[in-house]
Formats: sequence, C-alpha cells, structure tokens
Amino acid sequence: MPSVKVLAQRQEQRGSRFTGGHSLCSGCAEPMIVRTVLNTIEDPVVVANATGCLEVASTRYPTSAWNVPWIHTAFENAAATIAGVEAAYKALVRKGKIDRKIRFVAFAGDGGTYDIGLQALSGALERGHDFLYIVLNNEAYMNTGVQRSSATPRGANATTSPAGSVIPGKPEDRKDLTEIVVAHRVPYVAQASVSNLIDLANKVEKAIKYEGPKLINVYSTCPLGWRTPWDSAVKIAKLAVDTCYWPLYEVEEGRYRVTYKPKEKLPIEEWLKPQGRFRHLFKSEKGKELIAELQEAVDRHWEELLMKERCTQGEG
Amino acid sequence: MKKVMTGHKAVAEAMRQIEPDVVAVYPITPQSEIAEYYAQYVADGIVRTELVPVESEHSAMSACVGAAAAGARVITATASQGLALMVEILYIAASMRLPIVMALANRALSGPINIHCDHSDAYLARDSGAVQIFAESAQEAYDYMLMAQRIAEHKNVRLPVIVNLDGFTLTHSSQVVETLSDEVVKGFVGDYEPFYPLLDVDNPTVWGPFAMPDYYFELKRAQQAGMEAVPEVFLGVQGEYSKLSGRNYKGFFEAYKLDDAERVIVVMGSTAGTAKVVVNELREKGERVGLLKVWLWRPFPRKEIADALAGKKAVAIMDRAISFGNMGALYLDITSAFAGREGPVFVNYIYGLGGRDVPAEHIVQVFEGLKDAEPGELRYIGLRE
Repeated sequence: MPSVKVLAQRQEQRGSRFTGGHSLCSGCAEPMIVRTVLNTIEDPVVVANATGCLEVASTRYPTSAWNVPWIHTAFENAAATIAGVEAAYKALVRKGKIDRKIRFVAFAGDGGTYDIGLQALSGALERGHDFLYIVLNNEAYMNTGVQRSSATPRGANATTSPAGSVIPGKPEDRKDLTEIVVAHRVPYVAQASVSNLIDLANKVEKAIKYEGPKLINVYSTCPLGWRTPWDSAVKIAKLAVDTCYWPLYEVEEGRYRVTYKPKEKLPIEEWLKPQGRFRHLFKSEKGKELIAELQEAVDRHWEELLMKERCTQGEG
Repeated sequence: MKKVMTGHKAVAEAMRQIEPDVVAVYPITPQSEIAEYYAQYVADGIVRTELVPVESEHSAMSACVGAAAAGARVITATASQGLALMVEILYIAASMRLPIVMALANRALSGPINIHCDHSDAYLARDSGAVQIFAESAQEAYDYMLMAQRIAEHKNVRLPVIVNLDGFTLTHSSQVVETLSDEVVKGFVGDYEPFYPLLDVDNPTVWGPFAMPDYYFELKRAQQAGMEAVPEVFLGVQGEYSKLSGRNYKGFFEAYKLDDAERVIVVMGSTAGTAKVVVNELREKGERVGLLKVWLWRPFPRKEIADALAGKKAVAIMDRAISFGNMGALYLDITSAFAGREGPVFVNYIYGLGGRDVPAEHIVQVFEGLKDAEPGELRYIGLRE
C-alpha cells in the first residue's frame, strides 16, 4: 500500500495532470479521485471522458484543466472512444510509429456507465482493449439536475423519482454494476471510495499491471445532489463504507478480496441520516419500513461478498 | 487489372490497398460482406490494420473518432439503420474535423424494415458535416474510395467522407472493375500525417471540449470553411486520379449527352446507368434528352449544376427518398440554386423506395412526362396507385 507520503510525492510529480481552475462544485469528490488515479500512473496517459460534470467543468472552451491528452465525444461512448484510441495505439506500435508505453483511462459517471453507456462498456470489455475505466459514481444524473439513474439507491429522493405523498423516493434497488463487470471475466475489477484514497491508489497500481480491460467503481460524494454539507464528501463516503453499503473490494483474476472490513459495522441509518435525499424516510412509517429493508439488503450483500471471498481465496 | 467483382469486393479491395490503421465496423445487410472481406484480410495477415469488431454502429463511429483523433487513418462501412445509429457521433466526427472514410451501402431506413436500396440513409446524414459522394458502379465505388481518402485528409478539408453505393444493385452484383496496382495506390494515398494527435503525449491536446454561446457559433462557421474547401480539392484529386487510372473523372457531376439536350434527368447512384441506356435509345429516335449524374452531393455544387441546367426546357430531378412534407432533397438543392435566375421547368420524381425496381421503361416515362410537366410538380414513378 502506498503511504500518505508517497501520495503527496506523486501529487508533487504529477498533480498538474489535472489542474485547478475547473468549475466543479466546492466539496465535489471528483477532483480527488481523478488526481489520485492520474498521479498513480507513471507512464504517459490518454484520457477519454464521457459527458458529465467532470467534462463540462474541466474543458469549457477555450480553457482546459487537463495537461494530458484528453478526448470527449458523447455521453454513452467513453468505452468505445477509448477503445478506438487504444486500437490506434496498437496499430501505430505495430507499424513502428510509436515505441513507448502509453496508458488509457476512461472517466464516466454512473449515468454514463450503468445506464446509457452500458452497451459500449460491455463491448469494450469483451473485446479486451487495454484500458482502465473509472466510474465516478455519485448515484444520479448530477450534471443535469439529480435525476435518478440505475445506480440511485432505493428510497433516495431524486428529481425523477421524487419523494411524494404516495411514493417514498426511488422504488427500485440499484443495479450492481461491479458484479456485471466481474461477469465479463476481465483481469481486474474493484470498488473504491473517495474516503479511502490510499486504497484507491493501491487498486490503480494493481489494475495498471494487467493487460486488458480494468474497471474501478469509485464512490463519489455529490454534496449538491445528496444534500449534504459542502465539507462532508469524505465523511459521508466513509459512512457508506463503514455501514457496508459500499464495500471496498477487488476481484483480481476472479479472486475476491475485501480490502477493508470495518471493525464495527455501523447501522445503515448512520449513512442515511446526514443526507437530505433520505430525510423523508425518517418521517413516515413507510419510510422506516424501507430503512429496515435497506438494512436487510446491505446485510445480505455483505454476507454474499464475504462468502465470495472465502470461496475464491480458499481458507487461510 | 480488370476483374469481375461485386461492389463489396471493389470497396474491400480499395480498403486493402489503402491499408488503414484502424477499421471499426459492425455487420448490417447489405454492407456486411465489406466487413467480412476485410476481417479475412486481417486474419490472413494481408493487412496490418487493427480491426475493432464493435458491438454496434454507435460504437463503430465512436471508435473511429477515438482512433482518428489518436492519429490513425480510419475507415468504416455501414448501411441504413447502422448509419442512423452512427449519426449522433458522425456530427461529432465532422466537428472535430476527422478524416474518417465510410462506404455507405445505401438501404432504406425502417420502418417498415426493408433491406433494399434507397437513399433515405444518405439523406439522413445530409446535414452531418460529412462530404457525400455517390457512385454509379462498382468501378466508381472503388475509384471514389481511393479519392475519398485524399479528399478527407487534405489539410484544408479534414472532414469525414461518405462514398455511397446502392445496396444490392451495386454491392451484390458483379461487374468488371479495373483496379490499380498496390504500389500505385500506396503512392496515390501517401503516408498519413495526423493533426495534433492524442497519442503525441508530449504535446497534450483537448478534443471535444464544451463550447457555450460565446464560441459555438464561430466553431461551426470554421467547420463550414472545411466544406467550402472541398470543391477545389475534389477537382484536384480527380485530375490526379484520372491521370493515374486513365479514367475520366472531371467535375462534380457527369454530364451525359447534356449539351444540346432539351429534356434532362438528374439522378444519383446506379439509376444513372439505366438512364444512360434510355438516353441512347431516345437519342436514336431523334429526341434531345440528356442526363446529369451527381457525384458530389455534399457540399452541393450549386453554381456548376445550375450553369449546366440553365437553358434546358424541362428537368426531372429524381430523389430516391421522401422528405416528408416537402419536395425531395435533391430537388430542393437544385431549385434553390436557381434563386433569382431564370430556370427550366422542374419536376420532382420520387422513385425506387425500399428497393422498388427502376426499369428502363420508368425512365422512358419520366422523359415522356417532361413533355407536359407543370413547374414544381411532385410525381411518383413505379408506384402502384
């Protein structure tokens, strides 16, 4: 595991790959994640970015916050775009026109990955392109105004699944994208969080060693959309991890490893309570029932995950 | 070398000789055989191209954009629904000034679903910012695939170029095609010099930024300048290619017995071949008829076509797609080119939708119909009433 000191050194060396001056909201988790990912990779990097907060806030023409080659085409095709860049790289290496190692990274939100970009992602994973895909998962369409996505948790108040007098927020459970990617049997898949940047850096280090497609689904607090204080990005994400709502784990060549096991698994209310998007749940009987169901689901998924770890790592 | 081959094979042969760095392609009737031939070339090690067998045409065009921005020479091919799925990204490719060459095996758009030829797919991409060329034969499809590469990559153009060839009529039928030697083609297309490639990691570039009302308008105007540069480049490339091939490509359209013609048909694609036979037959009977076959449709050579048609008595403009609620797109192109200028009687004929056959007698009827045409009429030929 890299130490905080190492992370700081990398920030000195490569921190300008994504500079300040962008217009992401104060308190947004995305710059921390982007820097941690880019700082960890030693080789030159080319970035593909799906349409979303990061893209809009970092490349308002004629300005740019990127000091690495960067491309954005549309919302649903970051994976296909980076696949094309990587294919060009392979062809030009074969023809002797390029002779150095270049790494390819795609950044996309949950909307651009779980929903509209799922097909392009699946295709690129199956074809085996050599790239690292980072999901900036803030659990809704934040760039367009907090509409629900298939990553939005059940019960959350989003603008297209509002908490109303009859329906208490989003009725459906979120999709498990990480497991969908695992099912593609790619060499490395992980979940990480802005609250655990050393863990994220470690996962990027591991991922980048593998040829082929890699994906890290990173939990990314959105104070605006989640209605949390501006200085709470790390704290709220930490609660998601400590309640086991967002477990930190990796699947390396099919073997599961939970990279962080909270000493004390906190009740789900601890994570729900500070967030405005769940406030309505605490005000009705129906809401309280839903909280109990959420707890049940978290417990079940956590047990499942531990079982997968035992099954694939073997005892000991 | 003269060989009998299908339109598919002619396009695939041109692609083999160009040997692009990346081909990203998805199967669709009647284009699939182009992808299949090329995949075989890759499998047999005949070309060093990186083939990206994508999961959709949307990803095909997205991968083409990524690869072209990276600095690769890129070709793709599609038809109908495939182009419809690509269109979102085709606009972006044009806005990024990426010289992606595409063979479009023209096929009717759904619905109802239909696999046969019309030009509704090409018309869908009319305003995309891609250059569009129509081929009459497998020979022209081969020739224009090679010329398209040069037009697309010219420093003043830098735009996607679509080479249209009629689905089935051209893609699946065998014709005699004369190909150039590999060496001559390699010399003609030359080495590719990318502009500001993403893979030049020491000089990072931003592709596809976000432009607000303060810049968007100027960027689109700059894109139009690329289109404005096409005609001169097109003629130059034609001239060079004609010398190499011994075939006569001169101008934005082919004027067939047009000079002294009184009644004229304007058409794009393979129907021009049928029209030539009819023109010959009618000429033998002493009728002064002629044909204008459009090669370059976008950018539209307004002045040159208007000059060629000025002074004619009556002109039938044949559109192989409906523009619902208005006249056909080619009709509008030509009639608007006559704004403020005295012109012939123009009639719009919609023909051949969804692969409806266009036999010689229909062309005869069109010429016949021009004798009593009312200006601005919209007629349908080959339609069961």
